[in-house]
Amino acid sequence: MSRLEGEGGGGGLRVKFVPDEEVLKHIADDAGIKIRKDKTQLTLSVKTFVKKLENISDDDAQEILQEKKYVAALGICAQDAMGNGSSVSGGEVYSFQTPKRSRKMAELASELAQTPGQSVAPERSKCSEKTAKTPQSSSKVICFFFQCMFVWFLVWFFFFPRFFFFFFLLQNKKKEFVSTTPYRLRKRLAVPDPYLESESEYSASCSEEEDGEDQKEVSAVLSDQKTPAKTKAASTPPPRNNLAKKTKDKNMSNLVEEYFEAHSSSKVLTSDRTLQKLRKRRLDQQTLRDLLKKAPLAYAAEIKELNQQHESLFSKWMLQLHLGFNIVLYGLGSKRDLLEKFRTSMLQDCVHLVVNGYFPSITVRSVLNSITEEVLDHIGTFRSPLDQLEFIIKRFKEDSSLELYVLIHNLDSQMLRGERSQQILAQLSSLPSIYLIASIDHINAPLMWDQAKLSLYNWLWYETTTFSPYVEETSYENSLLVQQSGSLALSSITHVLRSLTLNARGIFRLLAQYQLENKDNPSYPGLSFQDFYQQCREAFLVNSDLTLRAQLTEFRDHKLIRIKRGSDGVEYLLIPVDVSTLTDFLEKEDEDV
Amino acid sequence: SQQIQEDLNKQLFDNLVSFLRQSHSEFQEKTTAWTCRMKSREIPTAALLLGVNVTDHDLTFRSISEVLQNNVTPYIALLEAKDCPGIKNLMQKLMGQLMNCYIDVDSLEDEDYVQVSQTRIRCSMTSLISWYESVTKKTDSETPRKKRTSSSRHWQSPPVVVVFKDMESFTTKVLQDFIVISSQHIHKLPLVLIFGIATSPMIIHSLLPHSVSSLLCIELFQSLSSKEHLSTIIDKLLLTAQFPFKLGEKVLQVLINIFLYHDFSVQNFIKGFQLCIMEHFYSQPLSVLCCQLVDMKKRVNSLSHNQCENIRRLPSFRRYVENQASEKQIALLTTDSYVKEVTQKLLEDLHVYHENYVLVLRCLHVFTSSLPKYPMGKQIRELHCACLENQVWETEEYESSLQLARMLNKSDLVTMLQRCVEILVSSSGKEFDNTVEKLKEFLTQFQKLEAEAVQEQDGSLSSEKELQKKTDLYHLQKTLLELKESRRSKKLTKFEMLRFEVVAYIDSLVRNYLVPADHKTLHEIVYFNTASILREHLNAAPRIALHTALNNPYWYLKNQALKSDGGSICNKVPDICIVYKLHLECGRLINLVDWLEAFATVVMAAEGPNAAAASSDQVDDIIHARFIRAVSELELLGFIKPSKQKTDHVARLTWGGC
Repeated sequence: MSRLEGEGGGGGLRVKFVPDEEVLKHIADDAGIKIRKDKTQLTLSVKTFVKKLENISDDDAQEILQEKKYVAALGICAQDAMGNGSSVSGGEVYSFQTPKRSRKMAELASELAQTPGQSVAPERSKCSEKTAKTPQSSSKVICFFFQCMFVWFLVWFFFFPRFFFFFFLLQNKKKEFVSTTPYRLRKRLAVPDPYLESESEYSASCSEEEDGEDQKEVSAVLSDQKTPAKTKAASTPPPRNNLAKKTKDKNMSNLVEEYFEAHSSSKVLTSDRTLQKLRKRRLDQQTLRDLLKKAPLAYAAEIKELNQQHESLFSKWMLQLHLGFNIVLYGLGSKRDLLEKFRTSMLQDCVHLVVNGYFPSITVRSVLNSITEEVLDHIGTFRSPLDQLEFIIKRFKEDSSLELYVLIHNLDSQMLRGERSQQILAQLSSLPSIYLIASIDHINAPLMWDQAKLSLYNWLWYETTTFSPYVEETSYENSLLVQQSGSLALSSITHVLRSLTLNARGIFRLLAQYQLENKDNPSYPGLSFQDFYQQCREAFLVNSDLTLRAQLTEFRDHKLIRIKRGSDGVEYLLIPVDVSTLTDFLEKEDEDV
Repeated sequence: SQQIQEDLNKQLFDNLVSFLRQSHSEFQEKTTAWTCRMKSREIPTAALLLGVNVTDHDLTFRSISEVLQNNVTPYIALLEAKDCPGIKNLMQKLMGQLMNCYIDVDSLEDEDYVQVSQTRIRCSMTSLISWYESVTKKTDSETPRKKRTSSSRHWQSPPVVVVFKDMESFTTKVLQDFIVISSQHIHKLPLVLIFGIATSPMIIHSLLPHSVSSLLCIELFQSLSSKEHLSTIIDKLLLTAQFPFKLGEKVLQVLINIFLYHDFSVQNFIKGFQLCIMEHFYSQPLSVLCCQLVDMKKRVNSLSHNQCENIRRLPSFRRYVENQASEKQIALLTTDSYVKEVTQKLLEDLHVYHENYVLVLRCLHVFTSSLPKYPMGKQIRELHCACLENQVWETEEYESSLQLARMLNKSDLVTMLQRCVEILVSSSGKEFDNTVEKLKEFLTQFQKLEAEAVQEQDGSLSSEKELQKKTDLYHLQKTLLELKESRRSKKLTKFEMLRFEVVAYIDSLVRNYLVPADHKTLHEIVYFNTASILREHLNAAPRIALHTALNNPYWYLKNQALKSDGGSICNKVPDICIVYKLHLECGRLINLVDWLEAFATVVMAAEGPNAAAASSDQVDDIIHARFIRAVSELELLGFIKPSKQKTDHVARLTWGGC
């Protein structure tokens, strides 16, 4: 199974968009007259078409063979690459949630907890997970690229039966995916040429036209999806090998509909518990770091070994950099230490620039500035980054003795992932005397490069999975979750207020109290200015409209309050802080007073 | 070895550039001829179809502008869509390039022009025209005096060529405006546009409305498809004996697949090739010997003892040793000098083998490429792959192609033989003298046959005359049947005999010379065969690596505790893996509290019951911190993001969340 899936997954993921013209040209090269011949068959009904397909298959056999060869080559290569993890089958890698998910997480957790110290394999979970997960996951894999390709195949279907045939081939593959029972698989694997066999099966099942059975299949599939995971194991009939095309289409459209349904409704079923109710102390950056230091790093020895493996590549990297390639590192775990080690061991005597891409305020401009100012000793400013880039390129071309190593941690960070900055960096890296070595972490990072940029970058990919924690990369405020933002806001509020007069603090307290009183009102617009003035007067905090306004302006400048104008033209005042922080603040204030 | 490599690279690029130039020289001639008959108000436009291999376009354009600059006009501006978001930027860029261009041409009096370009004159068409007029006037007045060679090649009023590198990505508005404006000034400013088009010529009409496109006088040019580039490159690099370095079957297959299924980019193919060369020289210690035949002797003699040991360790060499007599075996295994001698001989053999291989391969290709349905593939590279893979004469395709060859008609056969003779004669080696002789003999035999056939035809004519005599239906039928009978029973004609002979001879050639390379001794020295490295570095799969690391950390961390069986998860895996596994069970939104609790349960269980019992506040905090770290790591990796929809929830970003 794993082999088949690997093939399918590998082949499927490599589908790419090719414009019509190119495809035509490409095929014209290969097939020549064949297409014209096939076009005459357009008028044939689908049924006869399927039969014809067998005839044409002779012609197409070669093309198919080519495709197969490619797929096979992929498989072979995947097997070659056993040592590095790039050959894992799709099912293993992309596992999916089980369809029934309420309390699933807790269930899973408790399961895990029940069997400490070893991997979980109780009978129940095994059968439910194995049977429920695999078929669904494989059909989803298929569906995923069917969604992309379906339209194209429809178009091609009319023009190039060859492609339609390939479509069939894919379906056959899918079938192989679906059949989960090991017996069937073994049979399949034993068949020397599964494509021929299943092809004939297809034409047979298509000409059968057993609508009733199709319907049954559909309903079976439907009920599969609805029934909870546990009963599913029992109710699922063994997936039939000759699922008709119709069934599959319906099945697919069902999945598509389900996808959009799930994403259109704003209601998501999750529990309403919030972190506040835990009454747990929020951690700030410092305590977090201290706590993590106390926690021992798991599997330190293995991680060290991994790192040593990567470090043995350093001299190779140097050679490749000098030959005009640039190097990009990917894989789980912080690659910062690895690059740092590379820098200290190899680049001691060279001019080099380290760019911390994860730093929240890094820009391409600052990268370029540091090159012009630090490396080229140029004082002066530039009108635009493009001008600056041109200047750098000119300087490096003039002076061939100039060499620069650029190390970029997290090339895919928020600030650098923009199209323009990537373009500039790519152009920079394409200079023969600038050597770029970068790391990427985001799963979708390769999407930011198109063909042109890729050719400018001239990457060599290296997998460096380190498993070391992203300490630096995640240590900046905006890369952290809500747990931290509250504490910081609180400290800033107290800080600002401490510098104000007693009256001003009183004003703010009034507003905060009023907001807390209305915390259960979801459509609370804020306190209107007039009401607020009234209250402040009653508390002897201000004596005139103007003093209050001056005070409010000061608050607003420190971003402590927000002033909104309502639909009736009245100004409403609001403290843009969540309820818990406000409560904390008031408690603290009470302690102080 | 480094030098060789650099040489190779240089040669590669030279090949490419010369090829491009060659393909476009024809195009240049056309433009010059046709810009002459320029009409008023219509801008001559060349639409250049380039295909989807975007990465190679840069080279193409560079060579075009070079050629144009040398032959047609000094005024060329290359525009790219990303520089020109508006008409103003476009004009600025255009002016800048043209002015610079001008300064390059006559650097004598560039002072005032540098000033002009620095002070940023108002960029408009009128200023462009005035500039152009002044320039042409100047050159006009200069040419009679100075008689510069460069200007004499240009015309009196050289056209201004504007090249739009990637027409599809320009904004329609900008293009339209530019065309309309410039069409109004065309009588003062001879402008020529060149559009680089990646998709189809229809794009011009879909981008520009009729009113605009009618202002253009478009001529279409098709650049050669990248597939053809590839075959020339393969032809020049792989199918020659001059390059000592060879690609193994799998590697070549991977490279061609990347080309055909991914990008159609010749540049990337070359990049892959470079990587192969580098890997080979880096990883194979014996690659020192992978050099030209001339240097080989010297290098073999200077081999150290260790290197000799390395040679002995090569599997192909071991096979060779095993086939030798026992005294020789001992000599091979003990004396270095003898090993050197043998190595030298073997390498020379290998070289000769390559020379012969290429020639016979080409001959075979002549035969197979004209067969119906192309059982061995249409391109020579496919044939090459098949031959490298295993013994080609054992494959089914080869059988069928031989059978088809046995059915060829005479004229085809003769032309093929002639071409084979040409190929073989073109080589310098003496090896094939016999073969050439033999083939020529076949040819003469065919000619003889032809003469005989003429006579036979006379005979058949007479029989036909007989037929015409007997006009009644019964007799006609009878004679026809007789004729058929005789034809069936008749033994093979001379022609058929000869044809069989020819095919058999070709077959024997193939069996002699197209032995796959890995049957040859010492093939490891010149062949690079680790396709996995190539795939890993050129065609990496970062997503798979990430998912594997998260799902199955045992793959990387070889610790027995991490070993898991199949789909279930283990509670000893690193934190981030636990968090990831748990998040897979959630929908589109994930409640942080639930997540944290689930995480805590798992971790506590992993740490054992005693730790769980003593769950003090301290432990809790540490788990909390670990959870925070793992979650923020997942956020960094792009699996989740903070959500505003509900308090303390994060949104899941990967698919499967529905």
